Amino acid sequence: MEILLLQIFIPLIAAAVMLIAGKSARSLAGVLSLLPLAVTAYMYVNFVPDASIQYLVNLPWVPQFGINFKAGVDGISMILLILTNLLIPIIILSSFKHEIKNQSAFYALIFFMQSGLLLVFTALDGFLFYVGWEIALIPIYFICALWGGQNRIQVNLKFFIYTIAGSLIMLLAIIYLHLQTPNNSYDIAEFYKLNLDSSTQGWIFWAFFLAFAIKMPVFPFHTWQPDTYTEAPTAGTMLLSGIMLKMGIYGVIRWLIPVAPLGFHDWGLTALVLSIIGVVYASIIAFTQNDIKRLIAYSSIAHVGLISAGIFAWNMQGLQGAMIQMLNHGINVVGMFFVADIIIRRMGTRELDQLGGIAKPAPKLAIAFLIIVLGTVALPLTNGFIGEFLLLMGVYNYNIYFAALAGLTIILGAVYMLRMYQKVMLGVTNERTTIFSDIDTTEKSVLLIVSVLIIVIGIYPQPILHISEAAISNLLEQVNQKILVQ
Amino acid sequence: MENVTQALQGVPLNHYILLSAIIFAIGVIGVLIRRNAIVIFMSIELMLNAVNLLLTAFSVHHNDASGQIFVFFIMALAAAEVAVGLAIIVMIFRNTNSTDVNILNKLKW
Amino acid sequence: MINLVWLVPLFPLIGFLINGLGRNTLSKSVIGLTGCLAVLASFIVSLGIFIELNASNTKSFIVPLFDWISAGTVKIPFSFMVDPLSALMLLIVTGIGFLIHLYSTGYMSHDAGFGKFFSYLNLFIFFMLLLVLGSNYVIMFIGWEGVGLCSYLLIGFWYTNSSYASAAKKAFIMNRIGDLGFLIAVFLIFTTFNSVEFAVIFPQAASMLAGDRALIIITSLLFVGAIGKSAQLPLFTWLPDAMAGPTPVSALIHAATMVTAGIYMIARSNILFTLAPQTLHVIAIVGLATLLLAATIAVTQNDIKKVLAYSTVSQLGYMFLGLGVGAYTGAFFHVITHAFFKALLFLGAGSVIHAMSNEQDMRNMGGLKKKLPVTFLTMMIGTIAIAGLPPFSGFFSKDEILAHVYEHNQLFWVLGVIGAVFTSFYMFRMMFLTFNGSFRGTTAQEHHLHESPSSMTIPLIVLAVLSVIGGFIGIPEIFGGGHWLQNFLSPVFAVSAGKMPHLTLDHSTEFILMAVSVAGALGAMLFAYQKYVKKGEVPAEDRIERGTLARLSYNKYYIDEIYASLITRPLDSLSGFFHKVVDKKGIDGLVNGFGKGAIEASKSFRLLQSGMVGFYIFMMVFGIVALLVYSMYKI
Repeated sequence: MEILLLQIFIPLIAAAVMLIAGKSARSLAGVLSLLPLAVTAYMYVNFVPDASIQYLVNLPWVPQFGINFKAGVDGISMILLILTNLLIPIIILSSFKHEIKNQSAFYALIFFMQSGLLLVFTALDGFLFYVGWEIALIPIYFICALWGGQNRIQVNLKFFIYTIAGSLIMLLAIIYLHLQTPNNSYDIAEFYKLNLDSSTQGWIFWAFFLAFAIKMPVFPFHTWQPDTYTEAPTAGTMLLSGIMLKMGIYGVIRWLIPVAPLGFHDWGLTALVLSIIGVVYASIIAFTQNDIKRLIAYSSIAHVGLISAGIFAWNMQGLQGAMIQMLNHGINVVGMFFVADIIIRRMGTRELDQLGGIAKPAPKLAIAFLIIVLGTVALPLTNGFIGEFLLLMGVYNYNIYFAALAGLTIILGAVYMLRMYQKVMLGVTNERTTIFSDIDTTEKSVLLIVSVLIIVIGIYPQPILHISEAAISNLLEQVNQKILVQ
Repeated sequence: MENVTQALQGVPLNHYILLSAIIFAIGVIGVLIRRNAIVIFMSIELMLNAVNLLLTAFSVHHNDASGQIFVFFIMALAAAEVAVGLAIIVMIFRNTNSTDVNILNKLKW
Repeated sequence: MINLVWLVPLFPLIGFLINGLGRNTLSKSVIGLTGCLAVLASFIVSLGIFIELNASNTKSFIVPLFDWISAGTVKIPFSFMVDPLSALMLLIVTGIGFLIHLYSTGYMSHDAGFGKFFSYLNLFIFFMLLLVLGSNYVIMFIGWEGVGLCSYLLIGFWYTNSSYASAAKKAFIMNRIGDLGFLIAVFLIFTTFNSVEFAVIFPQAASMLAGDRALIIITSLLFVGAIGKSAQLPLFTWLPDAMAGPTPVSALIHAATMVTAGIYMIARSNILFTLAPQTLHVIAIVGLATLLLAATIAVTQNDIKKVLAYSTVSQLGYMFLGLGVGAYTGAFFHVITHAFFKALLFLGAGSVIHAMSNEQDMRNMGGLKKKLPVTFLTMMIGTIAIAGLPPFSGFFSKDEILAHVYEHNQLFWVLGVIGAVFTSFYMFRMMFLTFNGSFRGTTAQEHHLHESPSSMTIPLIVLAVLSVIGGFIGIPEIFGGGHWLQNFLSPVFAVSAGKMPHLTLDHSTEFILMAVSVAGALGAMLFAYQKYVKKGEVPAEDRIERGTLARLSYNKYYIDEIYASLITRPLDSLSGFFHKVVDKKGIDGLVNGFGKGAIEASKSFRLLQSGMVGFYIFMMVFGIVALLVYSMYKI
C-alpha cells in the first residue's frame, strides 16, 4: 500500500464515515482527524530532506488523454502536508464549542476538503492538480453557504465566482501546456521541460497568476476576502485563511514560476510590486477597522502579501522564509480567529467599540491572545519573526527600497494588532464584558497547542527550515538556469 | 410482386425527391402557421414521413436495404413520440380547455 | 566561568517561568524570593565572568550554543560573546536589576499583580541579557525587541487604565520604527560583510576606508534603531509617557538599562561608526538637540516622574553627544554612572510616591525631608551626582564627554554646558519642591506619610553609595587617576581609537572647562534655592496663563499634538479613504461591475425568450435554412 494514497484517501473515507455517523459525528471527527496527522508524522520521520521526490505514486487514470494519478512529496510538499494535517484537528477541535446544525455533513465537508487540499499539495500532474484545486473549493463553498452569517449567500456567490473564474483561466493554461508537450502529457516534469518563447510564457504566467493571486489573495484581487472571512463560520474562516490560501502560494512556487520561468522573468517585478502594495495598503486599512474579523482579514492580506513578495524576489532567503511563514501564518491566523470566535460567541458582537477590559475577567485568554498577537507582529522568539526576517531579507536582496516598504509591516502590523488587543483586552470593563468567563478546557487546549507551536518554532525553527532547504535550492537552480539560458 | 418492384424502379428518382420536398414543405408550413397543437403535431409527422419516403426511395435506387431499416427506426420513434406527445396535449387540453399553443407562453422570462 | 555564560540569562528565564506559572498559586514571599534570587544568581555568575575576564589575557570569548536560523548562505548561530563591554554591562544589568527587584518586593507588596510583575521583570532581565550577550546582530535584535515587549507589558501593567495602555502601545510602536531601521541595517550588514557575527564584521570593517557609502548607510540605519530605543529626537515622546508603568519599572527599564541599549549597540559597533564620520556628526547633533529640548521641558514639569523622565532623555542626549564626538569610553562611562544615579532618583521618587499614597504632583508635596530622611538623603546624593558636582560620579563622566565635545566643536560644548546648567536647575527644583518648605497635600496624605520599609531603603542606600563612588572607576589623568575604565575597555575600542584623533587638551584648559561647568551647575543650584526655598515659590496651577516660553515648555513644545496632526490623523483618514473609496467603491466596484454588466446584458437578451412556440419554431427553421445556405455557399 502506498503511504501517500493512504494519506490522501483517509480523509475521504473519514468523510464517508461522517455521513453515516449521525449524532456521534463530532467526537468521531476529532478522533479521525488525528489519523492523517499520524500518517504525516510517519512520513515526516521517514522523510529524507534532499531534493528528491519521495512516496511517489504514479497510476494511470485516463491514459488516453495522458492523465495520470501522479503524486509525490518533496520538502516543499512536506511542509504543506504538515500544515494541513496539523491545522485540521485544531480546527475541528475549535468547532466543538459551537452548536452546529447537521454536524455530520459539516465534518464530512471538512474531511472532503482536506482530501482536496492534500491532492493539491502533492499532485505532480496538471490535471490532478486542477481536480484537487476544485475539490477543495466545493466543500468550503457549502461550509460557508450553509453555516455562515446573514449575508452568506451573496458573499459566497461572489467568492465562488471569483475563484472559479481564476481557476478556469488556469485550466486553459494547463490544457495549453498539455497540448504543447511532445507526448501530450499532463506530467509536471514534462511541463518543466517545455521551451516556450517568452511571450507565450507571459500569457501562461498571467493565467496561473490570476488563479493564485485570487486565492491568496494579492492586491487588487482581494475584495472577496474580507467579506467572506467575516460571513463564514469560524471553522470555514480558519480553513480559508489557515490552509486554503496556501494553495495559491504553493501554486506559485510549484507551478507558476518553474513552468513559466521566462514569464516570471518578464512579469515577476509586477507581481512583486502588487504584493508589496498589498502589504502597505491592507495594513493601513486594518488601522481603522472596527469589526474584529474584518481586521484580522485585512491583516492576513498584509501578511500574505509579504509572503508573496518574498517568493517573487526569488532567492533562497525569500523562498525559505515563505515556506516557514506559510506554516506560521496558518498557525497564527487560526489562533487569531479562534480567539475572535471565543469573544464573538460570548459577547455576541464583533464590534471593537463594544469590547474592552476582557483581560480582567479572562486573564488566561489574555495571555494566549497576547502570544498570538506577538507571533503575528513577528516578535523575535516567536514563529512570525523567523518567517518575516527571512522574507524581508529575501526582498532586501532583490531591492533595498522594496524591503523598506515591505518592512513597514513591522511597524504597521504592531499598530493595528496592538490597537485591536488594547480595544479588546485592556482598559476598563463595561457591563457586558465584566461577566466574560475565562476559557474552558477545550478552548484552553486549542490555545495551548497554538501558543506552544508559536514559541517552539520561534526558538528552534531549524527542523522546519531543514525540510524544504534542498528542494527549494534545487528549484531555484532549475529556474535560474532557464532564465540564464535565455 | 416483380412487376410492382419494376414499376417502382421505373419512376424516376427526381419525382420522389420532388414529392418528399413538397410534403416536407407542407409540414413545415403547417407547423409554422397553425396554432392548434394537434395540427402542429400532425405536420411534424408529415415531415417525418417525407423523410421516410426519401429514405426508401434512395434505398431502392442504391439497392441498399439499410435505408429501409432506418425507416423502421424512425417509425418506431414516431410511435413513441405520438404516445408522449399526445399525452402532453391531452394534459394541456384538460388544463386550458384548448389546444392553442399560443396560450402556452408562460415559459418566458 | 565564561563557558557558563549561558547561565546568566537562564536564571531570569527560569524565574520568569516559575513566577509566570505560579503567579496565582505561589505566595508573595516565594514569588519575590524567586524573582530576586534569579537575578542575584545571574549577578554572581556575571561577577565571576568579570573577574575571570579581568585576569585573562584574551579579552573576547565566543560561546556558541546552537544553530538558530539557516537559509542558503545565511547562517545565524545562537551564541554569546563575552568581552569587557558586555561583562561590564552584565554587571550593571544584573546588579541594578537585583537592587530594583529587591525594592519592588516592598513597593509592589500591595499590588494584586505581584506575581505577574515579577515574572515580567525577570523576562525583561532575560531579554536585556540576550541583547548584551549576543555575539551577532540578530541575537542582539532578539533582545532588542524583547526588551521592547517587556517595556510594553510593564508600562501597561495597570492595563485597566486605558491611557496607560495607550502609552504602552505608543512605546512599542515608536520602538518598532527604530527596529525597522535596525533590521534593514542587519540585512545591509549581511550583504556587505557576508556575516552578522561581530567577530567577523569588525576586523573586515577596520580595513575599509572612512566614509564608505555602505558603512554610512549601515550606521545611519543602526542609529535609527538607537533613536527609537534610546528615546532621541524625533522618537523620544514615548519615554515620558512610559512613566505610566510602576516606578521600579521606570527605574530599571526607562532609566538604567533598556534605554541605554542604543548607546551600548553603538559602542559595540564603534568601528563601523568611527569609519562613518558623517553619521557621527548627525549623532552628535541629534544628541545635543535632544538634551537641550528635554532639559528645557523638564524645568517646568510638575509631575515628579515626568521631571525624571525628561531628565533621562536629556542625559541620553549627553551620551549620544559623547558617541558623536567619538568619546565611546566617556559615553559608556556615563551609561554606568547614569544607571546608578538615575535608578537611585527613580527609586527615591517611588519611595516618595509610595509615602504620598500615589500622589505624583510636586505641587502637593513639600517638606518631606523630616518624614523621609533616608529617601531625602539618598536622593540628594543622586541629584548632586546628576548635576555634575565633584566628586560625585556624574561629574567625572559628564566632564569626560564635555572635554571631548570641546575638542570637537566648541559651540557644541557651550550648548552642552547650558544643558548641564538646566539639569542642575530642574533637579534641585524637584528636590526643593518635594522636600523643602511646608506640606501642601491633604491631611489624609499627611497622616499616611512614612519612611519606606527597609526592602526599599537598602537599594536606595546601595545606589547612593555607588553614585558617590561610581565615578572613581574613571578618574582622569589630571586628577592623577589611571582611568581604569578606559584601560579595561581599551580592547573594545582599540581599533577605533587608532583611527580617531587623541585628546590633546592641556591640563589648564581642561581645568577651566570643568570649572565652568561646575560653576554653572552651582549657580543653577543656588538660583533654584533662592526661588523655591528662600522665596518658597510653588509652580502655578494648570489653569493660570503662562508666558509664551513657559507655555511651550510646559506643553512639551506641543510635539505630541504635532505628531497627531501630521501622522496619526492623516493615516487614519487615509485608512478610511482606502477602505471606503478605493476598496469598496474602486476595486470592489469594478468586480461588482462585472456582475452588474452580466445582469444588464442578460436583461436585453432574455427578451428573445418570448414564450411563443411559433416564434421558437420559426427561429429553428430559420436557423436550419441559414445553416444550409451557409454550408452551400461557404464550403
